[in-house]
Order: sequence, then C-alpha cells, then structure tokens
Amino acid sequence: MQRIGVFVCWCGSNIAATVDVERVAQTLAMEPGVVFSTDYQYMCSQAGQELIQNAIREQRLTGVVICSCSPRMHEATFRKTVEKAGLNPYLLEIANIREQCSWIHKDREAATQKAIILGRAAIAKVQLNTPLTAGQSPVTKRALVIGGGIAGIQTALDIADAGFPVDIVEKKPTIGGKMTQLDKTFPTLDCAACILTPKMVDAAQNENIEILSYAQVEKVQGFVGSFTVTIRKKARYVDETKCTGCGLCTEKCPQKKVPNEFNLGLDTRRAIYIPFAQAVPKVATIDPDYCSMLKSGKCGVCSRVCTAGAINYQQQDTLLQREYGAIVVATGFNPISLEKFDEFAYSQSLDVVSSLEFERLMNAAGPTGGTLLRPSDGTHPHTLVFVQCVGSRCDGGEKGKPYCSKICCMYTAKHAMLCREKYPDTEVYVFYIDVRTPGKNFDEFYRRAVEEYGVHYIKGMVGKVTPQDGKLKVQASDLLGGQQLHIDADMVVLAAAIEPDESARSLATMLTASMDTNDFFTEAHPKLRPVESPTAGIFLSGACQGPKDIPETVAQAGAAAAKVIGLLSRSHLTCNPCVARSDEAMCNGCSACEKVCPYGAITYVDKDFRGPNRTTLRRRVAQVNPAVCQGCGACTVACPSGAMDLQGFSNAQILAEVDAICK
Amino acid sequence: MQERIRSRAIALLESGACDRVLGWKAGEFFYDVTPAVFTTPEQVGKEFVWGPFCGANLSKYLIQESRKGGKVAAFLKPCDSYSFVQLLKEHRIWRENTYIVGVPCQGMCDIDAIRGQGFKGILSVTEEGEDLEVDTLYGCRAMPRREALAERCLCCKSRKIVLCDERLGPDGEENPNVRFEEVKRLEAMTPQQRYDFWRGELSRCIRCNACRNVCPACSCEKCVFDNPSSGAENKAAADSFEENLFHIIRAFHVAGRCTDCGECSRVCPQHIPLHLLNRKLIQDMNTLYGTYQAGADLDTRPPLVSYTPEDPEPSVVGTIGGRA
Repeated sequence: MQRIGVFVCWCGSNIAATVDVERVAQTLAMEPGVVFSTDYQYMCSQAGQELIQNAIREQRLTGVVICSCSPRMHEATFRKTVEKAGLNPYLLEIANIREQCSWIHKDREAATQKAIILGRAAIAKVQLNTPLTAGQSPVTKRALVIGGGIAGIQTALDIADAGFPVDIVEKKPTIGGKMTQLDKTFPTLDCAACILTPKMVDAAQNENIEILSYAQVEKVQGFVGSFTVTIRKKARYVDETKCTGCGLCTEKCPQKKVPNEFNLGLDTRRAIYIPFAQAVPKVATIDPDYCSMLKSGKCGVCSRVCTAGAINYQQQDTLLQREYGAIVVATGFNPISLEKFDEFAYSQSLDVVSSLEFERLMNAAGPTGGTLLRPSDGTHPHTLVFVQCVGSRCDGGEKGKPYCSKICCMYTAKHAMLCREKYPDTEVYVFYIDVRTPGKNFDEFYRRAVEEYGVHYIKGMVGKVTPQDGKLKVQASDLLGGQQLHIDADMVVLAAAIEPDESARSLATMLTASMDTNDFFTEAHPKLRPVESPTAGIFLSGACQGPKDIPETVAQAGAAAAKVIGLLSRSHLTCNPCVARSDEAMCNGCSACEKVCPYGAITYVDKDFRGPNRTTLRRRVAQVNPAVCQGCGACTVACPSGAMDLQGFSNAQILAEVDAICK
Repeated sequence: MQERIRSRAIALLESGACDRVLGWKAGEFFYDVTPAVFTTPEQVGKEFVWGPFCGANLSKYLIQESRKGGKVAAFLKPCDSYSFVQLLKEHRIWRENTYIVGVPCQGMCDIDAIRGQGFKGILSVTEEGEDLEVDTLYGCRAMPRREALAERCLCCKSRKIVLCDERLGPDGEENPNVRFEEVKRLEAMTPQQRYDFWRGELSRCIRCNACRNVCPACSCEKCVFDNPSSGAENKAAADSFEENLFHIIRAFHVAGRCTDCGECSRVCPQHIPLHLLNRKLIQDMNTLYGTYQAGADLDTRPPLVSYTPEDPEPSVVGTIGGRA
C-alpha cells in the first residue's frame, strides 16, 4: 500500500493569495493512498524542506507530492530534499499550482478547484512511480563555437585561455563578422578594426583554437558532454596550408566584375579574393559563381601567378566529424532586406543607403577610401537625412520586426556626429520615434551629437522619399513642431532593423535548441540563465539571442565561455534516468523507434523467446542505450505495439494523470 | 492458370527447393477461398485453388511461416507483394526462408457484386475469358468479369509485383490515383454529414476483430487492444460510438505502413468500408509529405518516421488534413 505525503506551498502570497492552500491540503488528504497532507509558507526554505524530510521519516512515506511552483524551478531542490530523507528522488512529483494556476487565474474558487485537480493528477501519477537510478556519462573536453564574429572569437579565446581546445566554425572565408565592416564604435569612437583585429590574430595564434573558416555545421548528434558534429569545409579551391596571402592572384584575376560583399556591393572584387587586408586566415578563396576556370575550364591565371602553387581547381568540399562536450551558438545578425520599404526609395536611388552601407562609405578601407561621397555621382553630399526604426518596432504585418533593434539609436548618433565632425558644411537630420540610450555613457554620447555637433533631431517619421533631379525629396512630419517638413537631401540613410542570421533556424533544428517567433535563440531563463539554451550543453553568445551592441556581446560571450568551462571541467555528468525502455516481450523489432530516435540510442538484437508448445521463436527486439537516450519520448509515440515506454513518464502514468483530471 | 500454379508448386516441393507452399484452398463455399499451407505434392494437386475468389492476402502468414525452419514458397498477387515488402521493411519476415512466386492478377471478384447482378442460388462461378459463367439453381448464364470485380480491384493501385523470385506472367502497371475518387466524395461532405456517415457505418461494428486479424500491418506481437497494461483494452466507453473509435485508432496505428490492400473491408462481416479511413490518411500523407507508397520498395523512409526541416508545421498539418 502506498503512503503518500502531500505538501502544499503558499509561495508567500504568490499561491496563497489566489488558491485556498489549506483547503487544497485538506481535500487532497482524502485521496487514496495519501497519509499525510499539509501546507506551509515556503516549502523550498530550510524549514519547509525539514518539514518534508520529517514527514518522510515519521510517516514512512513511499511517495511525495509537492504542490508548488513549476518543476523547472525547484524539482532539483526537492529531489535532493527527499533523497536526504532516504527516499528515491524519483518518487517525487510536483504539481505546478503557481505558473499553471495561481499566476494565471483571478477567481479564488476556480483556482482552488484547479489546484486540487492538479494535485490529484500528481497523486495518481506518483502511485505508479518507480525508484530510478541515474547513470553517468563522460565529458569530451573540447568545445565548438559556431560563428566567428566578435561573440564567437571572445567565447573561443576565453575557453582556450582556461586550457580547453575549441574550434570556431565560420561560414565566411574569414572570421571577424560584422564588426570588421564597422568604422568607429560608440560611445568612445575608437576604431573597430583597431580593437577587433588583434583579437582575430590572438584567436589564430592560440594553440587551443582551431579556426575552420569557410565551413558550416552539417549535422549534430549526441547530447551534452558528447556531441558528434559533422562540419562541411567548403572547397575554396586554394590550399590553405600553401597560400601565403600575398594577394598577387587577387590582382591578376581577369574577372573584375564581382560585387564585393564586404563593401555590401558598393564596389567590386575579383573572382579570387581575400575579403579584406586583415582577414584571418589570410588565404585567398575562389568564388565558384564567377571563376571562368571553374565555370568553363578557361583561364587559369591565378594558378600561373601563384608562386606557392596553392591553387587547386579540383578541390572538393570535405566533411569533418568531431566530438565536442559543449556547443556555443554565435551566429549573429544581419540587417533586414530593405526591398519592402520602397517608400524610402531604397531600390530607386543609389543615394539611399542602409546604415551598414554608410558605415562602409565612411571607412578608410571602404570603397571611397573613407571620403563620404554619394554613390550615384561621387559628389560630396551636403544634406543628409537619417531615418531610424526602419523595420524595427513594426506592429504585426509582414513588413518589419516587432522588436527594437537596440543598436540603431546609438550608431545613428555616431554617424551623425562623425558626419558633422568631418564635414562641418553638412546639415544632418535624424528622424526618430524615441531615442533610446540606456547604456554606460550612451545618453551623454547622444547629447553630444545634439548639443556639440548640432545634429537636428526631429521626432517624427519620414513618410516618403522621392528621387528628383539628383536630389532626394524627403517628406516628413515633425511631431513636436506640429508641421510637415520637406527636405531636399543629398543622401538618405536608413537604420535597418536587424534579424538573426538566416542559418539560425536550420541550426536550431539540428541542435534541438528552441527559438522565439523572430528566430532568436531562446535562453533557458530570461533572467537567471541568459547564456544557456534550454537544451543542455548548448550555449548562446551574442546577437543570435537578441539584438546587442558590442560591449554586451563581449560580456555575454565571456559568460557563455564561463559556463562552457564549468561544464568541461567536470569529469563526468549525471545522466537523466527518465529514459526509454523497451518491453522485449511486446517488441516487434519493426525499427520505427530507431528511425525516429534523434540520438541514435536504439539498437536491435535477435533473441530467443519461448513460444507455445515448448517451441522457441527467435525475434528481433529493440534495446535502448540509457547513456545516450535523452528521454524525449519520440520512440514511445512511434512504437505501434506500445513496447517502448519512458521511465518516469510511462503511458500508464500519463493516462492515470488524465483520468484523475477527468474524474 | 490454376494448372500452371499447381505444377509450379508441385515442382518446388518435389525438387526439395521448398518445404512448404503457401497458397489457397477451397473454403466452405466456393467463394470463400482460404489461405492454406501445403506440404506434399499430392495435397497441392488436389486442393490448391486459383480462381476469381483468391482475394486473401497471403503475406501476413509469412511472419510465422518464415520462422518455422525450412523454406516456404508463397504465391503472391501484386497487392500481396506490397504487403510482403512492407513486412520485410519492418523486419517481420525472414526473407532467406521464403521463395516468392509472383502471380499476375486481373482483379478478384466479389460474390456480392455478382449477386447484385440478379443472380440467385449461385452454385459455381467459372472464368471464361473476359466473362464469368455463373451456374445457378435456375440455370447457367454469363456476365462480364469486370462487373463482378471487388471495389478495391476496380480502382487497383498497381498490378506490379514489387519483389519476387520468379513470376508467372508479365508485370502489370501502376495506377495509384484512381483510388482517391472515393476519398474525394467523403471530403466533399460537410463535417456533420461525414460524422453521420461514419457514425452510421461504424455503428454496425461488432468488434469481431476480423479487420485487425487479417491486416498485414496489424501484426504486432501483442496488440495494444489485447494488452491489459496498455490501459487501452478495457476502458469503459461512455457511449457505443467510443467503442467504434477502435477503427480510428487502428487507422492511425497503421498509417504510413498500410499498403491499401483492402483486406479490412473484404473480411468485414458488416460490410463497413474500413479501407476508406486508411485511404484518407494515405492521401493526406501524400499531400503533406510527398507521394509515398508503403511496401513499394525496401529503402525509403516512411513519412511518419522521418524528419526533414521542410516538413510542414503542425498548424499546416491541421489545415490541410482537415480540409473540407
């Protein structure tokens, strides 16, 4: 006979204000098998835990139900509590009467009834709980960082400094990410390249870091502590070990008309190229879409001029398979496409540019050598209009993003300030909805733009930009002045919203990491676990988790590294004992479970079974490797005969819960 | 053809190539031809039947027969061969213990279709070219064979024998889409009409389990409906229609594995068109995950146990699956 104890937590007033906890405890005391039922102010406190432990000892409890907050909050706490009192930790069930009851209901009577029902379901389940013992799994002491921007570089450097080997996988030919394209950084106006390139070199020279550039993650298997990752190293048609980065090939290549993505198409490069002077690794790459040798077999100039003999037109993609203990996602962001914002004439006039394009136009290594010139005619612009929130903070709709892109206010202030500083003859207008400057020295920076540099900040949005006679007619409203404005601008700069890199969604699928509706990776807890994904062993660094500026990205990158180091320092991990188990007597050996298992935890053996009339039948049956199984339950659903079951969440337990709720 | 099959079966037994032969023999009536295992050439010569009523799908019997030791020869029609391959794919049949002889099929007859033509007191039916000679108490008359075909044969998905060791005649063609006409008729109904239709049909169910027992996909070592620990076998039904939901659960259990052989409807003593449930699911899976025929090959992954990032989201599945 079961002896079940029920403990109803008030959670201060969090639960008790909406749920009559005393009545819940009294009602649940009447349930079959319950021998003890009580309520207490804070079950998770020292005194609350002692109350549970004393009851287990005095009442000789065989199962414990705690009606409290979500198991995500305190299941681990209470499992330790009951274990210390001598009960198997898996004989504990938690009824979530806070997040799923008191916090979402206002009616006290209805909430109390619901809390009783939730408690009843947990009691019905705990009746069928069995003691489970956790196993252990080893930790591969190597980390993978996906994305080689400032976030990925910082995370890799910090992990490497702690003595663990780490690989950076970067899809572009060089690491560095968006920061390499920036000119100056706010709020200090120091040069982006000057602070980034030393880090890129550090990463390249660190003996614990291996940079896999021009590579992509193809497949991820396994689980925390032992991931197996397949990485595709794309063919760059240049032998990385031989290329010295002299750049001769990039000067001689006859194919000159390739849009240069590093300068966002504002100028051109050759078909064989090194993205920029400080690229790491500084190795040339052939663009197969434009190389005549690769397309038609005619040319071969680069191969002839290369003194190192590094050109290899026959190079193929290679697949690497590596083992990792932890994976950090640092896939970053991109500005959104501005094609849907035709009111700003982005696709009609070359002089309407995005902020990142403007960044290149101001950059000494950019297409204009750092002199601000109109892309259309190469003349010096006198009137510049900056439009903020292009695609950010859009309500619903297909056009933009609902969120604030966070960095635009600051970089627009930077652009406006730099413009006025370098070219005092310019008039600079900034149209904004709000100016958001929460950050150290951020508001001071913005005020400097207005007060010292005389930038015209106008609250209101630009309605329309019309190219006319070499000018851009800007129609806008000044909400504070209460008037319509017509400005004849020479250039318009759009602060485009930022969105997660397009590779993020497929990567999230491979990692079984969750994402929000905007394709930003979700953190395990928005406040308390901001750099961990809910999937164990997957960590988040930088803008892949949400819009961030450089200081925040670097801080988060370091935090993610600290978490990885903590994980890799452990000799082994405790497994989850709530894993699948196959009932061999019922198993058909049909392989449905093996096909759906994302972890490769299921294998088959032929076994002899006794048949009727003293016969023996050999059957193929499934076996689960408990160290590999993560308890996702996919196999239990796929199994046609119900031979697969999940320990701790068996079909019978779930049905018992449903029955208790529907009673 | 019967003579050809018999002589082939006898040769297989006499040469020692096979120890047993799986085929058909006469049942109580001439039209309820039954699956049978023959062990001697004499038995084959006397009892082996091939004719317009050999509708029974023999593949499921190979699960047990292929494990008994020795080799079993099985004569499979095109639709049986799909079930055979599907069972091979699920590792249920031991291929090395089987020898498959493919038998071309022109469609099997349904005694009710013949009765529907006004024949009473039928004594025997024999094939005469494109016609059937129907001998009755009141005399003998011919009818076109085509008009006597079972529904599943009229809209036959394929006359191809997917896998065999030898075939007795040329291979036929695939014609996978005619069979969905009836599904479209159901889909054209309003939800209420459809509910009434199924409630009416399923209300006749007597839970004899014939559909389950004959179904090659329903070949679990232990069916969840027979397993007390599954919690599904003896749930108290709030109303009799809940009991009938057995068929819907069964349709979901065989989804992605059902080859649409139509045996469920053939054996139903209450003439419930059970195959339509399966056919609707096949059509939905084709729409959602691309055309897939269970049992058509040994390698492809069934849509319900494979995943690609391009798979439709659950919301889309709901919309398309529930379309009118």
